[in-house]
Amino acid sequence: MDIASLTVCEAAEGLRKRAFSSVELTRSVLDAIGAKDGELNAYLSVDAEGALRQAAEADAARAAGADGALLGVPVAVKDLINVDGQPCTCASKILEGYTSAYDATVSARLRAAGAVFAGRTNMDEFAMGSSTEGSAFKVTRNPHDVTRVPGGSSGGSAAAVAGGEALAALGTDTGGSIRQPAAFCGCVGLKPSYGRVSRYGVTAYASSLDQVGPMTRTVEDAAVLLQALAGRDPRDGTTLDVPVPDYRAALKGGLKGLRIGLPKEYYIEGTDPEVMACVRRAVDACAAAGAEVVEVSLPHTEYAIAVYYIVATAEASANLARFDGVRYGHRTASPESVFELYAKSRAEGFGTEVKRRIILGTYVLSSGYYDAYYGRAQKVRTLIRRDYAEAFKRCDVMMTPVAPTAAYRIGEACDDPLKMYLGDIFTVPANLAGLCGLSVPCGRTAAGLPVGLQVLGPAFGEETVLRAAYAYEREVRS
Amino acid sequence: MSHTIDVAYVAELARLELSPDEKSLFQKQLETIVQYVEKIGGLDVEGIEPTMHGQALVNVFREDVVVPSAERERFLANAPERSGCEFKLPKIVEDA
Repeated sequence: MDIASLTVCEAAEGLRKRAFSSVELTRSVLDAIGAKDGELNAYLSVDAEGALRQAAEADAARAAGADGALLGVPVAVKDLINVDGQPCTCASKILEGYTSAYDATVSARLRAAGAVFAGRTNMDEFAMGSSTEGSAFKVTRNPHDVTRVPGGSSGGSAAAVAGGEALAALGTDTGGSIRQPAAFCGCVGLKPSYGRVSRYGVTAYASSLDQVGPMTRTVEDAAVLLQALAGRDPRDGTTLDVPVPDYRAALKGGLKGLRIGLPKEYYIEGTDPEVMACVRRAVDACAAAGAEVVEVSLPHTEYAIAVYYIVATAEASANLARFDGVRYGHRTASPESVFELYAKSRAEGFGTEVKRRIILGTYVLSSGYYDAYYGRAQKVRTLIRRDYAEAFKRCDVMMTPVAPTAAYRIGEACDDPLKMYLGDIFTVPANLAGLCGLSVPCGRTAAGLPVGLQVLGPAFGEETVLRAAYAYEREVRS
Repeated sequence: MSHTIDVAYVAELARLELSPDEKSLFQKQLETIVQYVEKIGGLDVEGIEPTMHGQALVNVFREDVVVPSAERERFLANAPERSGCEFKLPKIVEDA
């Protein structure tokens, strides 16, 4: 059996029954990386030695009577989440050679659950992008068609999971960076509600939007990982003190009586007809299985991309001020002044998309423009939140496409940033409104490319989203 | 509103040196993007409260207790240049 292609739940079962050890499972994942990653480029670094050591510890703990849903299970981590002792480059030259000095809270939680950290996955530099082509180091390929992008920014995580190089991975989602690559690569990706999962130790892109979440082969695996990740963290004041339910137990509710909202602003011209057909088929199948489908309206949807690219770049320009060549990261050779130290270190360290967003963010925050752009965008954000609050009075979840197209060709969208930004239209609003959202595979195009169904829920509505997606995946999807 | 962006000035605010090529590329691209985002100018937002964060939270407090911090040496190990237990920098204060 190819144990590296198991689900997390199957792997946990195999470990529990002593069908294989964590060392064997980890070795099998490392072998798969060795065999496939030369082509896919999903990983930026692999910690074989550290992973096998952790696996041996997990096996020893199990022999001593320990058990757990993640004990001895190898996972991949997006390269902007700190794991003590491993590199953390954010796919940027400015952090080349950086070694994490501590665990992010999500890493500490996975470590405490006995998970094994196999390696660090590729991404768009500082999570700014939708194709992973923005990495300073390598271009990740889509496992379903290696001439196409895996999506982004968590493209390495998605490609690793879908390509059989990881059982599960962590991603981050600021405007769709978990859900869109999951859709492009045909895996499950869950963006938790803002405040559900700690951001401590996760390199910040846009602090009011960022969330960490799981990327897995099944909805059940996403529930298992969220269980380990979720909860209040005293080190992140934006995590909420809301009880963490039993997500796996919540899976079993089925579709009967569930109200599925279809926001009419998401079902418009402009989306690829094959993508739309897959999504509509999925919704029809859910209706046939007993769900009630209702049309809802989110009238401010057309403003979401504009609001997002003001709020996100403004926050990014502030967050990335810390990369100045002083305490860590790249420093320019022989600067003649402090200004030159900052300006040249940053010029040499950051890639084009990061520079573009820093400039845009600085501009919208600058004197004379703040009210017209940033201040106004925050007010429109309130209108978008209200739209969702109103719509969720009439439905339990919403179902929509994840992206307007399936995976596009490498190099295809690179030269037109605005065009790439507009591809985020279906995912960005959930971040602006603090909602949770999940992408689950719902078919393929004629060319064999995966299509994702987005299931959106209200803030802290993960149980319902997981229940709907699980029922669709297990009972309805043909 | 005009779409002229003084990219050189904004880059200086951002402490980011741009090459002449980057300046002209960003000039064009940012004006297109700014023109697009200005669509929010057409909305009536009179009396609407701004949303600053993902969830509404106020006054998150914690107990003021001393806990061990991480080891200094671990963080200094990533310094581009150091002198003992300090970060080393070029001279900041100009001579009088």
